[in-house]
Amino acid sequence: MRFRIAIAAAAMTFASMLGASAQTTVRMLTPEKNPKINAFWESVIQEYQTAHPDVSIEQQYMSGDAMMAKLPTMLSSSAAPDIFFSWGGGVMRSLSQTGAIKDLTADFDADGGAWRKSYSPAAVDAFSFDGKVWAVPYKLSMINFYYNKDLFEKAGVDGDAIRSWDDFLAAIAKLKAAGITPIAVGAKDKWPVHFYWAYLALREGGSQSFIDAKAKRGDGFKSDSFVKAGELLQKLGEAAPFQRGFEAAGWGETLTDFADGRAAMVLGFSDTPENLPDSATDKKGIGQEKIGMFAFPSVPGGKGDPAETFGGNNAWLVYKDAKPEAVDFLRYATSPANQARYAALNADIPVVASAASEITNPLLKSAAESVGKSPFHQNFLDQDLGPDVGWGVVNQMVVELVTGEISPADAAQQIQDAWDLQ
Amino acid sequence: MSEFAPSTPAPASSLRRLPKSPSLGATGFLVVFLAPSLVLFTTLVILPMIQAGWYSFFDWNGYGVPENFVGLRNFQQLFGSSVFLTALRNNGLIIAVSVVLQIPLALWLATLVSRRFAGAVFFRAVFFLPFVLADVAAGIIWSFIYDGNYGLVASLGHALGFDPPFLLADKQWAIYAVLVVIVWKYFGFHMMLFIAGLQGISPDYHEAAEIDGASRRQRFLHITLPLLKPTIALSVFFSVLGALQTFDVIMPLTQGGPANSTQSMVSFLYLFGISRMKIGFGSAVGVVLFLMCATFAFAYKKMVLKDE
Repeated sequence: MRFRIAIAAAAMTFASMLGASAQTTVRMLTPEKNPKINAFWESVIQEYQTAHPDVSIEQQYMSGDAMMAKLPTMLSSSAAPDIFFSWGGGVMRSLSQTGAIKDLTADFDADGGAWRKSYSPAAVDAFSFDGKVWAVPYKLSMINFYYNKDLFEKAGVDGDAIRSWDDFLAAIAKLKAAGITPIAVGAKDKWPVHFYWAYLALREGGSQSFIDAKAKRGDGFKSDSFVKAGELLQKLGEAAPFQRGFEAAGWGETLTDFADGRAAMVLGFSDTPENLPDSATDKKGIGQEKIGMFAFPSVPGGKGDPAETFGGNNAWLVYKDAKPEAVDFLRYATSPANQARYAALNADIPVVASAASEITNPLLKSAAESVGKSPFHQNFLDQDLGPDVGWGVVNQMVVELVTGEISPADAAQQIQDAWDLQ
Repeated sequence: MSEFAPSTPAPASSLRRLPKSPSLGATGFLVVFLAPSLVLFTTLVILPMIQAGWYSFFDWNGYGVPENFVGLRNFQQLFGSSVFLTALRNNGLIIAVSVVLQIPLALWLATLVSRRFAGAVFFRAVFFLPFVLADVAAGIIWSFIYDGNYGLVASLGHALGFDPPFLLADKQWAIYAVLVVIVWKYFGFHMMLFIAGLQGISPDYHEAAEIDGASRRQRFLHITLPLLKPTIALSVFFSVLGALQTFDVIMPLTQGGPANSTQSMVSFLYLFGISRMKIGFGSAVGVVLFLMCATFAFAYKKMVLKDE
């Protein structure tokens, strides 16, 4: 009896050893909630595992905020994921400087730069610095104004004609006169307000003012572009275009207000129209055909090129000690063919320019084309400037600007002071 | 010490009744039984505390190892921060409301539902229910209640014919809205403590006083209250420590906003330390918070709970 147990135990140990040596597990950390996108990833993982029976890819979900807070601990423990989602910017820079992530330059340049050439150059540039590539580009997003065609018609506003800030303010006045809430915004989450300030600064001073400020040249975030952006934002707040209680509203409530037809405009992401039915109280909302879109208007006397865009760029980072299969899997997952499949989901803007033709949602397609033509795509400031200056200070200042708590000069000063300490 | 020598007279305490072991003396027992919990306590409580103290002297984003030593700069920034001062004031307000409003309310309800009447158990359960609820769930529920468009507050406003306010969007009023939730959430816990305390008071005292012609008020003031003193002292102790650590309720309600008017020290620690990846600064907040809690706990134990 005892002998048999010993044999069984030995056999089991042997089997588990065999299993361990045959299987490589690649762990992947993602904040993705969209079921369409997750289904896409599941099928990509299935295909890869079928082609590589010795590799197993495990996806782990964590919300974006939780991920940001937990990553430092995870990366210094044995629970470090091999692959994890990134918004680029300051966090990615700190990760590369502390050697937590893998330098992918050699992989990108192998075979005459085959992998590098599979993406649009802007996408690779967004994740390169110090001449090195630090991430595998995944998707882009762009911020635009979305409007309710019915409400605009009711107020006598032509959405397609809004080109300048004055047009925009005039539209707000008309909407208010018609008893319609012009804009839904979520100031509790703060970052929805920073879209306004960042775009206004981009229209005021153009890409150069951002490049200079980030490089700590000249007056930085105290320069005219940013102060004027603050003034325009404060004036916008004084015109009271937002829904009642916007100070306590989050992004989700904002989307619901727009999806249900209670607010005429929202400054949203390129995937906002596609996600609207989910946000609507009746899970249908105002309907895709009722949503119009216009680019962020130019400002009077602004030096910025109106073709410049603002939005996100997402990528996958590879942990420094990740298994080689992690990189190989990402190469497969973001191949042009898979990018085309991803684009066909109408989930967001792919990082391979040619894949954009697969997008069928007209609003998303138009955003993808704008990004494709854009001479400069500014990443979200709460990512680009890092969690301290961007998420902490900029987001706080923009909310105080719009609610009139702080003067534009003081807000610019506080942002620059925080940036100086970086 | 000769407690374990066979010649000692019949042992009085339970420790002395332990069988004499040739290998384990009293010290031996202490080592064997205390070691596991001491190891756990050291690695999970003492070490992180020392670490936080160490980090608080660095400017560190959490990645790699802390290298940029900044001395006391984090503490200077902390006490120079108007938001931290608001958080301190809010914590003070929460303590005041807990002690001045919540505990008397809990005591009053406890005296009502500790009597034997049909439905007493039901009311006890109902009053205790908010405490059973997760803090975050309570926060979310109340954020719906306070919603100026669809919430209970909105319906109330419409019914009474005034424009419903957005309480959580108003930086003057948001903190009071949060205070209501805190009182609602925790009074049940204190009520339960008081019910237990009341049940420990022998009915003989009340009977005797009643025979002597004492009024209900007199009986409460001269019998219930003095005999309940230990429970009240404990209740205040929990209230203050809980108030200093307020966090879970605030996050779903306001995230410390609008304009940082509802920050507590812990939400400040989280939003200005951890979320901004300023681990050194966050640690400095943690150190200050710890010192406040520890000072209070020791002082209160020495001065108020000394009899128990």
